[in-house]
Amino acid sequence: MTRVLELDGITKRFGSVTANEDVSLHLDRGEILALLGENGAGKTTLMSILFGHYTADAGNVRIEGQLLPPGRPRAAIAAGIGMVHQHFALAPNLSVLDNVMTGTEPLWRLRSDRRAGRAKLLALSEKFGLKVDPDAMVSELSVGECQRLEILKALYNDARILILDEPTAVLTTQEAEGLFNTLRDMAAKGLSLVFISHKLHEVMSASHRVTVLRRGRVVAERRTADTSKEELAELMVGRKVERPSRTDTARGRVLLEGRDLKVGGKGGASLKGASFKVRAGETLGIIGVSGNGQTTLAGLVSGLYPPDSGALLVAGEAPRRHDVPGAIAAGIGRIPEDRNTEGAVAEMTTWENAVLERIWSPEFSSRGVVKRAAARAATEAIIRDYDVRGATVDGRIRLLSGGNMQKLILGRVLTADPSILVAAQPSRGLDEGAIAGVHARLLEARGRGAAVLLISEDLDEVIALSDRIQAIAGGKLSPAIPADRADARLLGLMMAGDWSAARAIAGEGEGEKHHAL
Amino acid sequence: MRFERRDQPSAVLTLLAPVGAILAALVVAGGLIAIAGANVFEAYGLILKGAFGSRLGISETLTRATPLLLTGLAAAVAFRARLWNIGAEGQLYMGALAVAAVAMVPGIASLPGALSIPLCLAAGAAAGMALLLVPLGLRLRFGVDEVVTSLLLNFVAVLFVSMMIEGPMRDPLAFGWPQSVPVPDSALLPKLLERSRLHAGLLIALAAAVVVWWLQSRTVFGMRSRAAGLNPRAASFAGVPLGRTLIAVACLSGGMAGLAGAVEVMGVKGYVSTDLSPSYGYSGIVIAMLANLNPIGVIGAALFSAVMFVGADSMSRALGIPSYIADVTVALSLLTMLVAIFLTQYRIRR
Repeated sequence: MTRVLELDGITKRFGSVTANEDVSLHLDRGEILALLGENGAGKTTLMSILFGHYTADAGNVRIEGQLLPPGRPRAAIAAGIGMVHQHFALAPNLSVLDNVMTGTEPLWRLRSDRRAGRAKLLALSEKFGLKVDPDAMVSELSVGECQRLEILKALYNDARILILDEPTAVLTTQEAEGLFNTLRDMAAKGLSLVFISHKLHEVMSASHRVTVLRRGRVVAERRTADTSKEELAELMVGRKVERPSRTDTARGRVLLEGRDLKVGGKGGASLKGASFKVRAGETLGIIGVSGNGQTTLAGLVSGLYPPDSGALLVAGEAPRRHDVPGAIAAGIGRIPEDRNTEGAVAEMTTWENAVLERIWSPEFSSRGVVKRAAARAATEAIIRDYDVRGATVDGRIRLLSGGNMQKLILGRVLTADPSILVAAQPSRGLDEGAIAGVHARLLEARGRGAAVLLISEDLDEVIALSDRIQAIAGGKLSPAIPADRADARLLGLMMAGDWSAARAIAGEGEGEKHHAL
Repeated sequence: MRFERRDQPSAVLTLLAPVGAILAALVVAGGLIAIAGANVFEAYGLILKGAFGSRLGISETLTRATPLLLTGLAAAVAFRARLWNIGAEGQLYMGALAVAAVAMVPGIASLPGALSIPLCLAAGAAAGMALLLVPLGLRLRFGVDEVVTSLLLNFVAVLFVSMMIEGPMRDPLAFGWPQSVPVPDSALLPKLLERSRLHAGLLIALAAAVVVWWLQSRTVFGMRSRAAGLNPRAASFAGVPLGRTLIAVACLSGGMAGLAGAVEVMGVKGYVSTDLSPSYGYSGIVIAMLANLNPIGVIGAALFSAVMFVGADSMSRALGIPSYIADVTVALSLLTMLVAIFLTQYRIRR
């Protein structure tokens, strides 16, 4: 096999933080290499060095034996490296063809050769089975299509080595499967690929070889065929990780109930009739493919807007005020779907972020004046009790990693001892260690008798944490099935909107109850 | 050369940024002074001497700093909440006009100062608020960009003032000059220094700076307004009422600008005319930026501008360099400050 890419002894420091230390790895033609590591292990930094966004403090990069000049993205592109970023770099107001061609032609050319561009794009799309419409506006594309476009953009620049940074972070399970098929196909056609991930099942299913990074160092390299999920998990985290599992708890009365809730077009997809009940000491999992109304449901229960019709009952009563302070006062703890844009104000301090949602309470303010000492002390306690690493009370929260940000959010929510907990995508984008921590906290809340509404797109998570599961599809909630009857196939059907089996199971449950009476 | 974001901008750099920015602006302006054919050091020496060298100089500088302090606060408090109030000039004029209007109410002249002064100040602040609530209302209701509307309202406001003082509010005893009926003596602000123009407005402005600082850094309102400005989505998730918070910010900002106009009429001029403000409203934007939007910093930044303006006047009389050099320097300092703020947040790497 020919070696197309070689990184040798890469070291990169940011101030006192060492992001990469003496990292060496290589890539052969036609190979898919997975770069596995937890968030903050230095994966993205390493690839940014390769692509010329950063300059390494030591070490060098060779492409097909040629030394790559450091710090020049243009040189990297010219050498045949294509990068597909985690967050798409597309202009939504331009067409697919325009996005692909941008930057490929000299600026001073008066006419752009769109005919040739279109032909090339269509040929690539044909060759790799990446279907696109060159004239579609990017703003009209789905997330999966945007990703396809990003890949095509790289290929259009004659990339022979493709780097994908967490390519599945924004995709549904089905879209991710499709992507991996494409990647395998591309590798078979002679392209070489590196994909960055912290998800073990992806690495196992899509790669030929795995390089594991931990704290900026390469800790292991394995052929995918010779390793297992368990081994990789341990290598990645540095210790054995087990996700906590659910134990039986005593269920109490219904604390949260939705009765035929309808909301039109607030947080995206509308809710067209959602009914559910969550009891004390119980977790209700809501599973669904993104964009089916779960964001709207989470926003509604979080108090961001009232329902257009239907009723949301807290402990059997409709809250007096349907807004955020009303929800918090009614004992609803809220874990937002997007911790960076909804859960925190990046440029404010940790303590301000920790108390902002309860700043009106007498605990943190009196007569409109913030009780800074009390707020700081409470934050100090959260940082300590929830092991929020890297956080200082007066530091900007922007510096926290995703997992630690989520710990802080869990801390600020759970210290208020909520009787109801709404957790929207609580482990999205987190690494294994952090996920285990989040799950433990959610189970702990349930164990203390809180009613937990878990909204997630992750099947494993929902099955592991929930007592009962409902699927959301097209803005409606399916009948609830007990978690021990759930499997991937049944949940897949439910998520697709086929509820006949779920209805039968739910009916059984009812029957048994009557029987028991 | 590339820029890397600093994790945590250091406090020292943040404090040094305006100093560096002002020095850089002075260096560039120095080049212009040299081109104009004068000795740069002599020119700057004369500016300092003009601003601080005499009792008159000091009192004039402080008089000049007073409205700048208030318009600087108006911009700083609004920008913190990402409310782009570019309309302080218009709000200042409306504040001034409101004072003149109150002064025309029969019986005001016979009120004691302890009543008529607060009444006039309140009227000025209220008028400034009202003018800013128009663009804010348009933004909240229809999503109209307040940069454009608040800026354009400046011209509307100044022309409205012009119409009023040439029409119904014109002083019949002013020999045909377009100026308003004078404010009665009881509503004039007391002087701080005998035989100077320095008036109690300075104390009002200084107190305002402290109050605004306290509001922003110590109160629920301040925390909410910062959150609303920095990340509206997260703020509303945390239960911050965005609309109400912005309205309160607008009242504070417009109020400061209106107060600037009121203070200028009640302390310096005694009547309203269309040459009341040499762009105090616009200078306020520069001052707020120089202060890094910190209300206490606004005091220093306003003083810097005032020194430049007053000093340049006397320097130009001595050297024949146009006093516009002050405008140039202050404008330059805005540009250098933007660079300096950037450098506090990013480091340069090769």
